Amino acid sequence: MGIGTYIIVSLIKIVIAVFILLTGVAYTTLAERKVVAHMQNRWGPSRVGPFGIWQPLADGLKFIFKEDLTPPYANRPLYILAPMISLVTALTSIAVIPVGPWITVAGVHTQLQITDVNIGLLVILGVTSIGVYGVALAGWSSNSKYSMLASLRASAQMMSYELALGLSLIGVLIYAGSFSLRDIVDSQAGTWLGFIPKWNFFKGQFVAFFIYIMAAYAETNRIPFDLAEAESELVAGYHTEYSSMKFAMFFMAEYANMFTVACLATVLFLGGWSGPVFGPPIMQALMPVGWFVIKVIAFIFIYIWVRGTLPRFRYDQLMAFGWKFLLPLAIANIVITSLVVALK
Amino acid sequence: MVPLSYYLILSAVLFACGVAGFLIKRNIITTFLSIELMLNGVNLSFVAFAAQLKSLDGHIFVFFVMVVAAAEAAVGLAIIISVFRTRETLNVDRVNVLKL
Amino acid sequence: MHLALFLIFAAVCVGGAINLLAQKHPINSALSLIVVMGSLAMIYLLLGAEFVAAVQVIVYAGAVMVLFVFVIMLLNAGVEERTPHASRVATLLGVPGLIIGLGISAWVVSRITGLDKIAIGGPSVMNGSDVFGNPQAVGQLLFRDYLLPFEVTSILILIAIMGAVVLARREE
Repeated sequence: MGIGTYIIVSLIKIVIAVFILLTGVAYTTLAERKVVAHMQNRWGPSRVGPFGIWQPLADGLKFIFKEDLTPPYANRPLYILAPMISLVTALTSIAVIPVGPWITVAGVHTQLQITDVNIGLLVILGVTSIGVYGVALAGWSSNSKYSMLASLRASAQMMSYELALGLSLIGVLIYAGSFSLRDIVDSQAGTWLGFIPKWNFFKGQFVAFFIYIMAAYAETNRIPFDLAEAESELVAGYHTEYSSMKFAMFFMAEYANMFTVACLATVLFLGGWSGPVFGPPIMQALMPVGWFVIKVIAFIFIYIWVRGTLPRFRYDQLMAFGWKFLLPLAIANIVITSLVVALK
Repeated sequence: MVPLSYYLILSAVLFACGVAGFLIKRNIITTFLSIELMLNGVNLSFVAFAAQLKSLDGHIFVFFVMVVAAAEAAVGLAIIISVFRTRETLNVDRVNVLKL
Repeated sequence: MHLALFLIFAAVCVGGAINLLAQKHPINSALSLIVVMGSLAMIYLLLGAEFVAAVQVIVYAGAVMVLFVFVIMLLNAGVEERTPHASRVATLLGVPGLIIGLGISAWVVSRITGLDKIAIGGPSVMNGSDVFGNPQAVGQLLFRDYLLPFEVTSILILIAIMGAVVLARREE
């Protein structure tokens, strides 16, 4: 493939991926409101279009027409920079996530992934660790006590749980022997006895999977770990002073991070796009992507389900849980996994 | 293709910026940041020479420099916090008596 | 292509480093150092050092600098005070002189030793066939030949953690 074709193909893939991601983000907000509403015996948004299907569009329009306030004595450049950092880092991590095998379209043989790098997993971890700055700067630059407290809480929480998150992935890396997400998915192909898939989850990494889920909920500031936006204590969290599109950027970043977490869980623990494939050739080409999407949607549904079910932790409980329970458990998982691999 | 000397010049310029910051800055945190900048400049020449010699030892050195920098930042910032607590200033010129 | 990428990221690096010197508020200096570190990671990628680039972003930009930003936020450090009687001329002449002087001396030394004849990179690094700093290779070297230094650094980190806790704790 020549360099010109390569750039054009990459640009097309980037546009498609960002479009799908942003649409997904918009409809996850609707899905969240609908699912939680039904859990609480309500209807949820139902006025804009059939079943409220145009609600995300209406919300977007409302955000655009809101007045964009900047608090006096805010540090203006950083105040504007913070939501941008959050959104950009949230959208960047999608670049290394593989959603399907190699395909050939119009004579170009390409993988269903923006780029496949040797250090794919490290890229995602690095990008999410840069995302902390968005939260920290948002709280500091808006010059408000609530924002400041919330951003200190949120960044301490994100940094603490990043450790448990990173350590929970090492078991998977021991099995796959590579940081490339495509290699990790390929290492999970096939089945035992014809029906149990060889996913890392069934290979004995289920403890790591639950550590990953809990750490990921804390990373994305979601219930039961949404201490950073505990509205009963901190008004709204680190984005208290933000309005209009700047607030919407934080909002989109949160949901885009949920998607990254769901995609990563699918790729690392649930076998990525692997699943039974049958039917005519066109269906065989599309079914792996279908499996991937189904797994991601299932993971996001669990996110919403947990939100509708669990209460919020207290902050000291959260920190103790991360450092005294999740971290030792993740280390124990690494030791046991490496023993199993070494003795095999 | 980039000549090795370009990387070395960049490394020297970054190191010089670090030295200059260390000398002219009066805020103790910025002074500390300048030290990190110097370490980064040195790391760049380690990696450049590793690429020239096709040997990974330079990368390992960079790894150890990062570990030392992390340890140094943790201890140094703890010292800064305890200095700030007693003196209420971050100006290095004001931290000129050993005992209060 | 390689040269263009190098020049772009080198320019960002130098710009960030000079901005660190020019800014008065420590948080702006810290953010420009993060920019320097990010573009240095890109230059490491150009040099085929994938793992070092990733560690640079995760450890340096993502952990050490967050600590700095945290402390600046907590202490609410204001704009830097100027030292009385500081010579403005010395700063305005000395700083560029130091930077340019060291840059030129690096160039002269590499001319004398013949290092400027050696070119790094090119298409082989770009398409990944010549990436030798991949995690596998670094890991094998680190956990075999450099195992003892690695363990020693882990003790260093442990001491640093305890030191930080003891120093920053408020005495009752």
